[in-house]
Amino acid sequence: MLEFLKQPWPWYIAGPLIGLTVPALLILGNKPLGVSSSLRHICASCIPSGIQFFKYDWKKEKWNLFFVFGIFLGGIISVQFLSNPEAVRVNPKLVKELASYGITDYSNMVPGDIINWHSLWTLKGFFLMIVGGFLVGFGTRYAGGCTSGHAIMGLSNLQFPSLIATTCFMIGGFTMANLILPYILLH
Amino acid sequence: MEQPESIQEKSFADNWYNYIKYLFVGILFGIILVKSEVISWFRIQEMFRLQAFHMYGVIGSAVVVGIVSVWLIKKFNIKTIDGQPIKIAPKTFNKGQIFGGLIFGFGWAITGACPGPLFAQIGTGATVVIVTLVSAILGTWVYGYFREKLPH
Repeated sequence: MLEFLKQPWPWYIAGPLIGLTVPALLILGNKPLGVSSSLRHICASCIPSGIQFFKYDWKKEKWNLFFVFGIFLGGIISVQFLSNPEAVRVNPKLVKELASYGITDYSNMVPGDIINWHSLWTLKGFFLMIVGGFLVGFGTRYAGGCTSGHAIMGLSNLQFPSLIATTCFMIGGFTMANLILPYILLH
Repeated sequence: MEQPESIQEKSFADNWYNYIKYLFVGILFGIILVKSEVISWFRIQEMFRLQAFHMYGVIGSAVVVGIVSVWLIKKFNIKTIDGQPIKIAPKTFNKGQIFGGLIFGFGWAITGACPGPLFAQIGTGATVVIVTLVSAILGTWVYGYFREKLPH
């Protein structure tokens, strides 16, 4: 059983389990699945700065902070007890393309060749980590949700705005990954 | 004077019980994200190049299970474990879903992570992702600061 759990989980196991998080949170306490709101709660609790958007009772949303701290712990547990030594196996076409940017290390969830402490102050590293992170935080809040809040929770509840948001997530991602990011990775 | 104190203590205990269950669901959610490799930067690149079905399978089947679950909850009027009726706030459309959605899409392709995976990636030992997370928090703050001036 443990050996089975250590293998990468196929989509038809992982996907339905992610889907079950929706009823689990609803039944446990009427909570809608969502992760990006935690970033707003962190702002509201630590750096509200008198901004109207951060003036609300974030303590009522504390569950969300426990939830994301759990995600962090889940990452630790996966690596400590459920990790498999093999590198992630992706499409050979991608391997070839990434090799041309000098990305060859598949041992981690992020490419260690370009996303590491050392490269943080290079232009490429700055773009990948700081600009990228900023866009994630700014964009999800502007859109009112992320992949979990809109694509999973919103679509589960058949919300049309969530379909628009999800479509835009994908358009943005396709544009960046195919038209802009390759240019940046080359430099 | 004693009574209010004990009430307070009781609600404190209730709180802890209430929060631990979300921590537990978060842990499971995090393990699923890692083991299905959806938090892998490489898998995200593959998805946006249409080079694999994996991510579409994960998100698609998650949505199908979510739709069926929510439908069952509504159909059978399923209550929470505390006996409360389940209510899901509807989303209202605004232009933020378009502009913000596109901006988040850019960030998703660059970092290979949405907010959930950021927390999981840090847990897997990619400590530098803490910088990405702090930057995401800053991005959220800047959105809050300029919110009134942005088209919605």
